Amino acid sequence: MGYNFIEFKNVSFRYGENMPWVLENVSFQIKSDEWIAIIGHNGSGKSTIAKLMNGLLSPQKGTILIDGMEVNEDTIWEIRKKIGMVFQNPDNQFVGTTVQDDVAFGMENRGVPRQEMLKRLEDSLSAVGMQDYELREPHRLSGGQKQRVAIAGVLAISPQAIILDEATAMLDPNGRKEIMDTIRSVKKKHPLSLITITHDLNEVTLVDRVIVMNKGKVWLEASPRQVFSRKKELLEIGLDIPFIAKLAGHLSQQGMPLKNEPLSHEELLEELWTYHSKM
Amino acid sequence: MDISFKNVSYTYQLNTPFEHKAIEDMSFNIPSGSFVAIVGHTGSGKSTLIQHLNGLLQPTAGEVAIGSYRLTAEKKLKDLKELRSKVGIVFQYPEHQLFEETVAKDIAFGPLNFGVEQQEIEKRTAEALKAVQLPEGMLERSPFELSGGQMRRVAIAGVLAVQPEVLILDEPTAGLDPRGQKDMMEMFKRLHKQEGLTTILVTHSMEDALVYADHVMIMDHGRKYMEGSPQEVFVKKEELKRVDLDVPEIIQFIFKVREMFPTDLNYHGQTIPELAEELGRITRGDIHE
Repeated sequence: MGYNFIEFKNVSFRYGENMPWVLENVSFQIKSDEWIAIIGHNGSGKSTIAKLMNGLLSPQKGTILIDGMEVNEDTIWEIRKKIGMVFQNPDNQFVGTTVQDDVAFGMENRGVPRQEMLKRLEDSLSAVGMQDYELREPHRLSGGQKQRVAIAGVLAISPQAIILDEATAMLDPNGRKEIMDTIRSVKKKHPLSLITITHDLNEVTLVDRVIVMNKGKVWLEASPRQVFSRKKELLEIGLDIPFIAKLAGHLSQQGMPLKNEPLSHEELLEELWTYHSKM
Repeated sequence: MDISFKNVSYTYQLNTPFEHKAIEDMSFNIPSGSFVAIVGHTGSGKSTLIQHLNGLLQPTAGEVAIGSYRLTAEKKLKDLKELRSKVGIVFQYPEHQLFEETVAKDIAFGPLNFGVEQQEIEKRTAEALKAVQLPEGMLERSPFELSGGQMRRVAIAGVLAVQPEVLILDEPTAGLDPRGQKDMMEMFKRLHKQEGLTTILVTHSMEDALVYADHVMIMDHGRKYMEGSPQEVFVKKEELKRVDLDVPEIIQFIFKVREMFPTDLNYHGQTIPELAEELGRITRGDIHE
């Protein structure tokens, strides 16, 4: 079991003094080895949470602790070594003219020694399956490849947490799959906290725990299965449930007894088979 | 307006060492009033294709016909501006193109450029705002104070205010939350009917193509790979897999049911509740539909 790596205590934030609160009295904890999804309607405060986590923004009220340290001007540089971020637009986060320059950028900024840098460069590019692209120009890669390079750049600074802020939103289905596969394999090898901010419901089914935001407040914290069992309420706050959960809902309405709340094709097929065998 | 492509190719930086064929020998017809989805991976040529529809690009070979307008490699179209007033393109993330001080001015920008009279512009602005379901009180606000979804609607209103006959949508729901996505697609469905538009939707979402389009075209490496009704195209699992596309989730699931149960269940446009009823019958042993 991990320890509390990220902690929000009664955090409130707004962009200006006369502006409405974007986050209101938000509290939650994320463990050092946990995979969390933050979901919510547009404007619910998801991305603001991400920016508060690594000190791009600072709250007017409450405290944010990262690895036990309060986020403030003195700790911000230390904290940014611990948390890496991957943003939505693959074209907006490149600085290097080649893939290797780009991945090295973060390490150079942190004064990583050359020998160590070469090793990490190789390791992080192979972790995302881009080891053969070292000398390629980033802008010639596909969207999914660009995001994988961005993840490699983050991995190279060996963070303890990675935040993916709608990192798959602009990708095609192939690109999305590439990123999800990459994340799963990274997660297996490195015990880190992973925070996925997303509208993609099938991505949400993969995580350990979901934080559902609504109008700047934490609306629910629960497992994907528990979250998606609240269909009606989710629809009311601008969200939806995955196809399988919908179909399962209609099946149980018709009186088919389903033991669990199935979320994957295989889980639902198994339930159908069990029901069939008893007939 | 009827749209047709005859052996159209487009090569970027033609006759240079950087030559790149983006679309190759494409031929198809889109009858006026259709709702067509164009599906394909990044780099399959979708964006290049739609830029031909209002003359942002001119084919390097072949002929594009949009109503009575013709685009070929040889001739420059004289009434390009007229064509552009009839074909509206909503680009990806159109809210990034907002720039005016107020919502009203931003919506008016298109019609103003096409020489529409002031009085008519005001009428159209009000109508366009209503069409995208934004309240009238919003007209005097700065577009930059609005939420992402509202900003996108303002940008779309600006395209509608030109009163196009053909509406082209490039990934119109990207980045929106699930309800925002659904509301946006329902809005286009309604506009398509009400205004008698020809609508072309470029999308990665097989589910949207399945629900909203009456015709689907799959592109791969700059060529037309397949076309037909969604029900014809989306059951061709193997063919789609060959170009790295998945069939929509409801059809995927039906295939898996067929592997498990001896049934002739197939996709015929059923809704989720209807599918649930069919599954109920199959699992209870009434195998044949």
